[in-house]
Amino acid sequence: METIKDTTDLLRFTTAGSVDDGKSTLIGRLLYDSKTIFEDQLEQVKEASNRKGLGHIDLSLLTDGLRSEREQGITIDVAYRYFATPKRKFIIADTPGHVQYTRNMVTGASTANLALILIDARKGILEQTSRHSFIASLLKIPHLIVCINKMDLVDYSKDSYDKIVESYKTFASKLEVQDIHFVPISALHGDNIVNRSEVMNWYQGSTLLNLLETVHIASDHNHVDCRMPIQYVIRPHSDEFHDYRGYAGRIAGGVFKPGDDIVVLPSGFESKIKSIDSFDGSISEAFAPMSVSITLEDDIDISRGDMIARPHNQPQNVQEIEVMLCWFDNAKLNPSGKFLLKHTSNDVRAVVKDIRYKLDINTLHRNEEDLEVNMNDIARVRLRLAKPVLVDTYSKNRITGSIILIDEGSNNAVAAGMIV
Amino acid sequence: MNYNLDHLKELESEAIYILRETAAQFERPALLFSGGKDSIAVAHLARKAFYPAKFPFPLVHVDTGHNFPETIAFRDAIVVSLGANLIVASVQESIDKGRVREESGKNASRNALQTVTLLDTIEEYSFDACIGGARRDEDKARAKERFFSHRDDFGQWDPKNQRPELWNILNGKHNQGEHFRVFPISNWTEMDVWQYILKENLEIPTIYFSHQREVIYRDRSYLPISEFSNLREGEKSENKIVRFRTLGDITITGAIESEASTLEQIIEEVSSVRQTERGNRADDKRGDAAMEDRKKQGYF
Repeated sequence: METIKDTTDLLRFTTAGSVDDGKSTLIGRLLYDSKTIFEDQLEQVKEASNRKGLGHIDLSLLTDGLRSEREQGITIDVAYRYFATPKRKFIIADTPGHVQYTRNMVTGASTANLALILIDARKGILEQTSRHSFIASLLKIPHLIVCINKMDLVDYSKDSYDKIVESYKTFASKLEVQDIHFVPISALHGDNIVNRSEVMNWYQGSTLLNLLETVHIASDHNHVDCRMPIQYVIRPHSDEFHDYRGYAGRIAGGVFKPGDDIVVLPSGFESKIKSIDSFDGSISEAFAPMSVSITLEDDIDISRGDMIARPHNQPQNVQEIEVMLCWFDNAKLNPSGKFLLKHTSNDVRAVVKDIRYKLDINTLHRNEEDLEVNMNDIARVRLRLAKPVLVDTYSKNRITGSIILIDEGSNNAVAAGMIV
Repeated sequence: MNYNLDHLKELESEAIYILRETAAQFERPALLFSGGKDSIAVAHLARKAFYPAKFPFPLVHVDTGHNFPETIAFRDAIVVSLGANLIVASVQESIDKGRVREESGKNASRNALQTVTLLDTIEEYSFDACIGGARRDEDKARAKERFFSHRDDFGQWDPKNQRPELWNILNGKHNQGEHFRVFPISNWTEMDVWQYILKENLEIPTIYFSHQREVIYRDRSYLPISEFSNLREGEKSENKIVRFRTLGDITITGAIESEASTLEQIIEEVSSVRQTERGNRADDKRGDAAMEDRKKQGYF
């Protein structure tokens, strides 16, 4: 369970999986072995397992939240789970693995530092392994841990493990993931999850938990290109803070310091940072993902939707963007559809100009013939906007490089896009 | 310089971001304030998010009429110190007006009635966003909640048809009459909240700390004796050293035996305790999907 130490950092990771690959067992094992499961939760799960006539405690019952999910025995939505060790706090975005839930996997992956990929040691790389890996790569998750699970069912064989690792490495050369780790595990028996396996002496690497605790995440944010989208202007109108104007926002990239030269976009006015304020006092350096309030030396008209950057390092100011779009809606994408586009703190109307190709999420094959984009499809799409927006490519910055499309009839988010 | 935030700073920054989005995207947001530790943390975060401007949201307290006197005293004091407006939504009034009928029977409580009072208040004041202190680690149904959670014209939640929420893009678009529930501390655990209260030196109601109290032992927890208690046959009250892990309606909020009288001791206790914090809430024991069912109707 957690300790009273409060100087740990936070790792967000995503898992994807379907009924048989042991994902729920693995999560259950992590929660159980890190002593995060409470007695009353375990009691509930035991009772429910008995009711279903199971001979064992079904840990997946612990992770399936909605009644319909428990009835059908599947995870439909993204569920968030929490556990902590003395070294780190963890947020798991637990998502379903079937192709019809691609949108849920994309949602879970959007905020993750790390993706856990599960491979059944008996089966090797399957279609869904590639799918999960492609999604992790597409969403630019910086770290991958590939767990070769069910090692107990292949007699803990080093050969089986090595073969899978080799073929995954070949496959992964197509991916844009820098940091990949492999661990042979048995989620059912707890081998190499929290405790080192006694039967797999041939494996000298870290246990899964140890990897999760030590993966270097401080560089996952962009600390080079200064970007702060303005969310809100703080104007106290009080005697004490009569002319105070604080530009509030969450830093999306770079490091800001008082005295820095900045440019306000889209107006292009330049000024210097006077102070970076918070309730706890002034801040000498602000970086992603801090929420701060910035005051400037000059009185400039700034409002929500503007962006603060550096004069010599600015985002692109464009009225046309190309995105890798993941389509969420039941109805297929209208090839000339109009939407409301949300990008950082900006809302702008957008129209589809061109569907370039559809991406087969299992093979990465680009289909330029069949351009019908249905729910869960991923396509490269060109959008024309009603006014320019300030963007970076998604590979440069996950915050200033991402958009969602909203259907103005239903107000529902119908797509998510990564700017290419 | 190490450009890495510790987990409390990162969670705080996320919550402040969500609160600022709420102020920017909605016309009439309000903060649901129960006087419990989670809503105290959220109120503190809201103060930080807009500093040095004044507190931007009215506080709404849904009052079942069955309160711990300590909570009400605390509520009134914090309203003054935040400089906020307080709106009390009274379940008793809803009963008097005939909007709801008091439950009867041995498990009667006013818990479910709160939903009607809350929804009436949202309509009366035309609130389009209600900020709450719910956390995803509290309950299986809450684990699926969004930061911006849509409610239809009738205040209902449709868990199977939720809006996707990606990166930090929050979509608060809605039609007239619909509203959102906003959960800035979704990603916090019970432990995070306690650590934050300690770090920020926040005041909390005294009944979170160990004290002597007259209680009865019922359904595996200690229920406080109050003017609203109905002793059942064979039940006898006793004096115990207890504290509360959550604060709710006094008729259904159970205490635990505890000697923890400082925040440090509470944190020590929370890190070794083997029961979930809502395990002492009679309202959550009404079946496996008790929370999901209430939430669909518009509960917090």
